[in-house]
Amino acid sequence: MNHAIRADKFLLDADRTTWHDETLWFVREKRDKAVYAVPEFQELRELASQIKNHTLSRLDLYLREFEAAAQANGVFVHWAADAAEHNAIILDIIRKQGATRVVKSKSMLTEECHLNPYLLQNGVEVVDTDLGERIIQFRDEAPSHIVLPAIHLKKEDVGDTFHTHLGTTKGESDPQRLTEAARQHLRAKFLAGEVAISGVNFAIAETGAVVVCTNEGNADLGVNLAKVHIAAMGIEKIIPRLSDLGVFTRLLARSATGQPVTTYTSHFTKPLPGREMHIVIVDNGRTQQLGRPDFRASLKCIRCGACMNTCPVYRRSGGHSYDFTVPGPIGAILSPNIDMKKHASLPFASTLCGSCTDVCPVKIDIHTQLYKWRQVLGEANEIPASKKWGMKFMGRVLASTRVYGLGGQFARRALRLLPHGLTHAPSFNAWAVARELPTPPKYSFREWYAQQPQPTSQPTPQVPA
Amino acid sequence: MKVALFVPCYIDQFYPQVGIATLQLLEKLGVQAHFPAQQTCCGQPLANSGCERDALPIYKHFVDTFQDYDYVVAPSGSCVYHVRKHFDKLDQTAEVQHVRGAAYDLIDFISTVLKVESLPGAFPHKVGLHLSCHGQRGLHQANESEMTPVRDGQLSRLLRSLDGIELTNLNRNDECCGFGGTFCVSEAGISARMGQDRVADHVRNGTQVLTGSDMSCLMHLEGIVRRAKMPIKVMHAAEILNGVTS
Repeated sequence: MNHAIRADKFLLDADRTTWHDETLWFVREKRDKAVYAVPEFQELRELASQIKNHTLSRLDLYLREFEAAAQANGVFVHWAADAAEHNAIILDIIRKQGATRVVKSKSMLTEECHLNPYLLQNGVEVVDTDLGERIIQFRDEAPSHIVLPAIHLKKEDVGDTFHTHLGTTKGESDPQRLTEAARQHLRAKFLAGEVAISGVNFAIAETGAVVVCTNEGNADLGVNLAKVHIAAMGIEKIIPRLSDLGVFTRLLARSATGQPVTTYTSHFTKPLPGREMHIVIVDNGRTQQLGRPDFRASLKCIRCGACMNTCPVYRRSGGHSYDFTVPGPIGAILSPNIDMKKHASLPFASTLCGSCTDVCPVKIDIHTQLYKWRQVLGEANEIPASKKWGMKFMGRVLASTRVYGLGGQFARRALRLLPHGLTHAPSFNAWAVARELPTPPKYSFREWYAQQPQPTSQPTPQVPA
Repeated sequence: MKVALFVPCYIDQFYPQVGIATLQLLEKLGVQAHFPAQQTCCGQPLANSGCERDALPIYKHFVDTFQDYDYVVAPSGSCVYHVRKHFDKLDQTAEVQHVRGAAYDLIDFISTVLKVESLPGAFPHKVGLHLSCHGQRGLHQANESEMTPVRDGQLSRLLRSLDGIELTNLNRNDECCGFGGTFCVSEAGISARMGQDRVADHVRNGTQVLTGSDMSCLMHLEGIVRRAKMPIKVMHAAEILNGVTS
């Protein structure tokens, strides 16, 4: 099943599509206001981009610097080549504690590695403590957005879910009451948590510390109550120095939600006496992407979600239409690296309008990478055969003036003569499902031009009166 | 100044009046453009579909056709953007580099090369301007809402110089229309919905005439307008500017 088919399912509910589009556009507008208010915003983007480019160019060195600094802080550092290793390392840490109750704050990496089902299979209760994540965990759904994981749901949907799982009154959809119910429920889980897992927004090579940005404070609550903290990070989360952090925290929340900064920016450097802190550093395909010069820059991503909020396709197709942990434009350039066949339609789920590139706080050339993935997919025969052969045919026609001229005449005549019901049949003309074809003119421009008296010499320029 | 007119394939076949208006407008501005008859297409439909290799003969044909001109002017920013940005796949001979630099969108050519900022004439209608993404974000012909709240650009300036014209203030000034080349059929559902939303913004804000400098976006939007039988006339900017200029 490709993106277009999944998008069509989302589009079936036209009102919900409108609501989804307007909700995310509202976030995009909040972002715009926050960006306009910072005169040096474009310079910040350039600086962030350069810091990330620099870091990626010597990632091995910075990772080892980070590891050494973290170990000096008394932190256990683990390396995971892939999702399976990541999951096994985390389970092992939990088992060594004899623990069965885990609280987790938001981490797209653990989503990517499918950690939750793995832990559940191994007898560990894992509770997502971010409100949006908890909602979709109850519903056994994947996040549809990396910052707003339950953005595909309306408050009525949340009311139904909480009625089923938390016993709130049937039909209750007041956000205040629903949030309070979640709050009481999560409080008990926080207190019972033996191990806390968090993601990482930034890992500072110089200090060995990890920085987690949240709005709910759930990372702090989980980590400070549990005996063991496990922070999971992709290798690309590294920044060189603590002094670089401010560049990114100024960009992250403004780009994500239009806030000047996230409510909590928590630095985790070393465990308290008698506690443990672990950092799991994960590759899972990132080195492979680093080795692709055209797509390397995708690893600069700081997961703000701005490209999703601005993407006119994402807003109307919903995050689940991408069927990948990270949806939207950035997901469409990350996913083919993981599984080219499965995600072959994603780089085509774009008009290449370029808005994603222009909102990206670290200046990833997202729409250019989408274009380049299309070429890789075309060369690898991962595009539909009808398109491939159609384009080959078109290539022949358009490289020859004569064939092109005759083909155009024929097509226009056919359009004029054939009945509307046939030329506009939705079964074989996708254009005509919602659009009229242009009215075919009797003559093409070239036919008109050939009838005009041709100037024999360069005319004298005439300036309009 | 030797100027060639490039009339993109779909304009040649479906919108000859846009090519004619472009030619006549240039003439009124003192430029006698020539239409080399062997021209076909810029190759973008193939390349955007992932078939760049199949587009290379078209690129070469394009360069052969236009290499002897100082400027290549087209009433479509998208094709021009493709020539400028994606002809990097050809060996960068002097001819290729020249043609890439010589390609201009009509409005860009009028504003940047001819340095014309206003035109005499009246167009007493409420006009909605559709900014094409490739012209705006690709060729920087207009400000972007991602960067600045100031809504300004080459075409809006030219249109504003006409007497009696009122430009529509849209809710979303520069959202993509959803055409996207082969996207319009491979993602037909999303494409149509984007187009419908774009047109609705114009209807809501009182557009009588919907215009732009890229006929491909307008072809898609016109298809939506005509299907829904909306009282909006769709015209390429060249038709407006040529119609009012004597």
